[in-house]
Amino acid sequence: MDFDKELDARGLNCPLPILRTKKTLNEMTSGQVLKVIATDPGSVKDFAAFAKQTGNELLSSAEAGNEYTFFIKKK
Amino acid sequence: MDEQKKLAIIATKGTLDWAYPPFILASTASALGYETQIFFTFYGLQMLRKDLSCLKVSPLGNPGMPMKMPFGPKWFKDINWNIPNAVQSLVPGYESLATVLMKQTIANNGVATIPELRGLCQEAEVKFIACQMTVELFGFEHSDFIDGVEYGGAATFFEFAGETDICLFI
Repeated sequence: MDFDKELDARGLNCPLPILRTKKTLNEMTSGQVLKVIATDPGSVKDFAAFAKQTGNELLSSAEAGNEYTFFIKKK
Repeated sequence: MDEQKKLAIIATKGTLDWAYPPFILASTASALGYETQIFFTFYGLQMLRKDLSCLKVSPLGNPGMPMKMPFGPKWFKDINWNIPNAVQSLVPGYESLATVLMKQTIANNGVATIPELRGLCQEAEVKFIACQMTVELFGFEHSDFIDGVEYGGAATFFEFAGETDICLFI
């Protein structure tokens, strides 16, 4: 999937992946896509909840090995 | 109409472990778009000090806290050191040692430090209010605390808390 920016949140634990994501999205413009890679297993539910509450669209959420990859489209 | 959600937290604990919930919830709430305020009272004032090394964790009288080593081979790390309260209370520096070990465990797990989380809250414009009554009660000076803290009492808290969607006492 195409993306405009990538955030490496590997090794970070709650709530840092979400906080870094929010900060990175603030630097982006509406419609741009952010790719986030995380290793926190709690991030799967957290990113879904973050998208639902902030209106940013979670385009995809995938797990491979022990890594979780999210694509988020900025509102 | 103002549709922004609001969160108010009363933070009353002054230990390293209990400093986490208010700062984690406040910073996350801000990221989710909440307007957030934390009212620090009694021992919670410790979390506003310029020097946060005052925050320690005590396993003494805390049966819920596992005492595990943050280094060494896995079998060693898995051992839960069941040290009697009587011994913990007699050994000088036991609390400081437990705090050092806890901070190492926190770093090993990619968990943020308290200064980092507090900084993220400030960056996200979480409002910090210190209870003026307990500031005086404990003999603190405003200069003991970080910049940007506002000082007020119970009425100040309710002014914001009365409009919130979520209100927590920690």
